[in-house]
Amino acid sequence: MIDFSSFASIRTALHDKKTTVSAIVSHYLQVIEQKNSELNVFLEVYTQEAQNRALEIDKKLSEGTAGRLAGMVISLKDVICHKGHGLQASSKILEGFESQFDATVVTRLLAEDVIIIGRVGCDEFAMGSSNENSAFGAVRNADHPDRVPGGSSGGSAVSVQAGMCLLSLGSDTGGSVRQPAAFCNIIGLKPTYGRISRYGLIAYASSFDTIGIFSKQVEDMALTLEIIAGADDVDSTASQKTVPAYSQSIDAMDKSPRKIAYLARALDDESINPEIRQMMADTIETLKAQGHSVEPVDFQLLDYTLPVYYILSTAEASTNLSRFDGIRYGYRSPDAQDLESLYKKTRTEGFGQEVKRRIMLGTFVLSADYYDAYFTKAQKVRRLIREKMLEVFKNYDFWIMPTTPDTAFKIGELKGETVNMYLADLFTVPASTAGLPAISIPQAKSSEGLAIGLQVVANEFEEEQLLAFTNYLQKLKKGK
Amino acid sequence: MPELKQKKTMKVNVDSELLYKLSHLSRLEFSEKSESDMISDLNGILGWIEKLNEIDTEGIEPLTHISSEVNVLREDHKEPPLDHESGLKNAPKRDSDYFRVPKVIE
Repeated sequence: MIDFSSFASIRTALHDKKTTVSAIVSHYLQVIEQKNSELNVFLEVYTQEAQNRALEIDKKLSEGTAGRLAGMVISLKDVICHKGHGLQASSKILEGFESQFDATVVTRLLAEDVIIIGRVGCDEFAMGSSNENSAFGAVRNADHPDRVPGGSSGGSAVSVQAGMCLLSLGSDTGGSVRQPAAFCNIIGLKPTYGRISRYGLIAYASSFDTIGIFSKQVEDMALTLEIIAGADDVDSTASQKTVPAYSQSIDAMDKSPRKIAYLARALDDESINPEIRQMMADTIETLKAQGHSVEPVDFQLLDYTLPVYYILSTAEASTNLSRFDGIRYGYRSPDAQDLESLYKKTRTEGFGQEVKRRIMLGTFVLSADYYDAYFTKAQKVRRLIREKMLEVFKNYDFWIMPTTPDTAFKIGELKGETVNMYLADLFTVPASTAGLPAISIPQAKSSEGLAIGLQVVANEFEEEQLLAFTNYLQKLKKGK
Repeated sequence: MPELKQKKTMKVNVDSELLYKLSHLSRLEFSEKSESDMISDLNGILGWIEKLNEIDTEGIEPLTHISSEVNVLREDHKEPPLDHESGLKNAPKRDSDYFRVPKVIE
């Protein structure tokens, strides 16, 4: 019996000739066929192409020339370039756009014989926490279809949650991988800023953007990270640091006691769902019982992190999104009379409400009269946040906190409540602001059966430790 | 700059005039109804981010880059990044060589 959510299981079955890549692809296509009309995950399914590639990879397997990811089937968030395929950041303004090159992550995965089965919906330009801001409509949570999957990488999360593929690439700017992973009961990794090349990722906020990974198994995530991470000639912000063999070290968490910090207020802040506070208390107890040192760490700057994030990310977004002008690609308003009305009408008709709100806010904080009071001020507080977080890792190996203050909400529940929607990212934004790696792990279920995620943050470029610790936590949970 | 210092404590209120200025800079247009929604959204968000003024940042340098990489250089070599036809492929309006836009010069 093949476990289609575990690459190890798939690989074993392929090795033992119990299945073929073609059969694996057919399996996922069938699941997509059954579930996609209800969940609204895939914007496009590359049925024929995936089947053809499966035949080629089966041939390679029989000849012994297949790549390390032969048999792995993935989905791509609608913000990652895949040559010859549609791409529109779930926005009307990129209607009809076709990628003319591959993102670096795509090049590296295809070289190892991954099969990309389709592209999946997200919040428009990765702006949102519910996947409701999309030109293609809301994506639904597979376990609770009346609820949101989280966002902005909601489609990626659900494609893995619902077993429509093994793994998915999303993007995380302020929590867009970790928050949907928590809502969808799967694992979601946001690596250190610069660990993975951003070449071919549609830019939202360039000093925060990271490509992240969704999966059900830590080892699959580790192997994928190992392949896509690392220096890149076409992204000078990608780190030159050597990429460790993450997949070889996920069992490296020995029994020696670790120093673990937990966010002090996660236990008693009444604005946090009580069942999430309970999950924190239980996790702390479990770790202590295993002999680890677990101590509270105060983080006074937490409440200032979201304002910093919204000032800086919208400023960067207003700059990055200026390229969508109706001239070189995508949608162009048919009503334009002259160049200025072409820009204005195209952008007004092409962008959704949330994107406009962020462009306007970003333009405001960058405008001459307010630049210093908002933009520069936020950059200064960003430094304080980063320094404070790095200081924590001088004394501790990991810092645990909830991924989200609450569980998945109902579709439409937060409509019109802009600031409350932003608060869904309260705990994910700090790691983004400081550029640190963080992961969300399914840790508990609420009394209503809603998933609760535990977030683990680590020091810069400590993904190896972070993944090993995640694996350890998963095993502890299973052992219960 | 004493003038800027004063602005730091100023509570900003987005009104119709400021909204118009920002929307022009953003190359966006708002109808009457969407204008009032946007004004109230922006004022709500600005009221919330005012909170940053509680933090003393005297003497703190702004953090402008998050990457620790410094001047990553490589050999320069001639290579067309994208061929002409691919570059024009997604254009909403084009001819064989160029993107087409409404007439700019009379």
